[in-house]
Amino acid sequence: MTEELSACPECDALYRKRRLNRGETARCPRCGARLYGRARLGPDQMLGLVTGALLTFIIANAYPIVVMQVQGVSNSATLSGSILTLWSEGRRLMAVLVFATTQLFPLLDLVAMTALLSVAVRTRRGGVRRPGWFAPLLRFLQSMRPWGMTEVFMLGVLVALVKLSNMAHVLPGVALWAFGALTIMLAAILSFDLRSLWDEAES
Amino acid sequence: MSQSLPVATADRAGLVACEHCGTLSPRHSGPMTCPRCGAVLHRRKPDSLNRTWALLVAAMILYLPANLLPVMVTTSLFHKTHDTIISGVVYFWNTGSVGLAVLIFSFSILIPMLKMGALGFLVISVRHGSARTRRQRMVLFRIVEFVGRWSMLDVFVVALMAGLVRFHSLAMVEAGPAAAAFGAVVVLTMLASFSFDSRLIWDNDEKCDER
Repeated sequence: MTEELSACPECDALYRKRRLNRGETARCPRCGARLYGRARLGPDQMLGLVTGALLTFIIANAYPIVVMQVQGVSNSATLSGSILTLWSEGRRLMAVLVFATTQLFPLLDLVAMTALLSVAVRTRRGGVRRPGWFAPLLRFLQSMRPWGMTEVFMLGVLVALVKLSNMAHVLPGVALWAFGALTIMLAAILSFDLRSLWDEAES
Repeated sequence: MSQSLPVATADRAGLVACEHCGTLSPRHSGPMTCPRCGAVLHRRKPDSLNRTWALLVAAMILYLPANLLPVMVTTSLFHKTHDTIISGVVYFWNTGSVGLAVLIFSFSILIPMLKMGALGFLVISVRHGSARTRRQRMVLFRIVEFVGRWSMLDVFVVALMAGLVRFHSLAMVEAGPAAAAFGAVVVLTMLASFSFDSRLIWDNDEKCDER
């Protein structure tokens, strides 16, 4: 009987569940919260997007974000290079913070999504049972998701560019475009309701 | 709709909702786990108001060094400048980038302050607020949750500048102690808003359910 019911996660009001079409969202009439939704993209399409985002993530981290020239001397900065600089200069806490929010959590998010979505795709084709790591990994993904901050970092890069262009000659690097593309892809990936994976992997 | 009838909630129906998968389970005493996903179940987030307060107070304390100490130290040929967050805003304002000055001022100074104020208000109003403002308080809480992460902006700007501007004798940028303090403020306020259970806003006032 409790399977037909759903409680609002933000105000606890109780509702009878309805079956939704792709792209529809149920909202709580009392507090306006999102109750549950069905993603516009199916798990198989989402998997394609996540794979693309993983490749973009690699490019964004392997190449310099900005190249700067001062009196004939040029210097370029990758994200990892900047983090290492902070670490070696003794700003350890800050290095850890930047590493976690711009590299570790976004990467873990994408890898976990890949694993979970491929399970969902396979169970939908039938026959396969959900592996034992599925539930713990999905719970882990749900709690770490807010800590990935790629979009904030992207804005930070733009602000730094403006700041530096007042002082010297700056050229945008390959990774800048990759970060831009990654931000857009992540916006689509993060809008995917993780709760729907619990259902997708069962039906 | 009827005015005096309380809204049906999971709690009043004797059910507990799983935070992770949404499954409802019958409530009983002792530790509970979700039969579907294995998460630990709580009727409400444990010790929500006290934890929110504690994290909030810690964030408020760190907010002082974050604003008073330098976030960035720039060394050039002839002088060394120590920039605080506010002097960075002033710099943009004076060099004509008014839009950027406003952006950084909002993200680094205005939003953290408003956010801490709003969270404090929300915690207090769980006990003393009027039922008529519940929806507005809920909107306020959602804004706090949404906006929190954007305050990391200045930390990222400084990190990137420190990684890039390394022309030893000509110009060097180093991160100052305030940058880490500021990052910690952002993390602490985010943790504070996660430990706040918005369902508490809606509990205990059946008598005034107008809707």
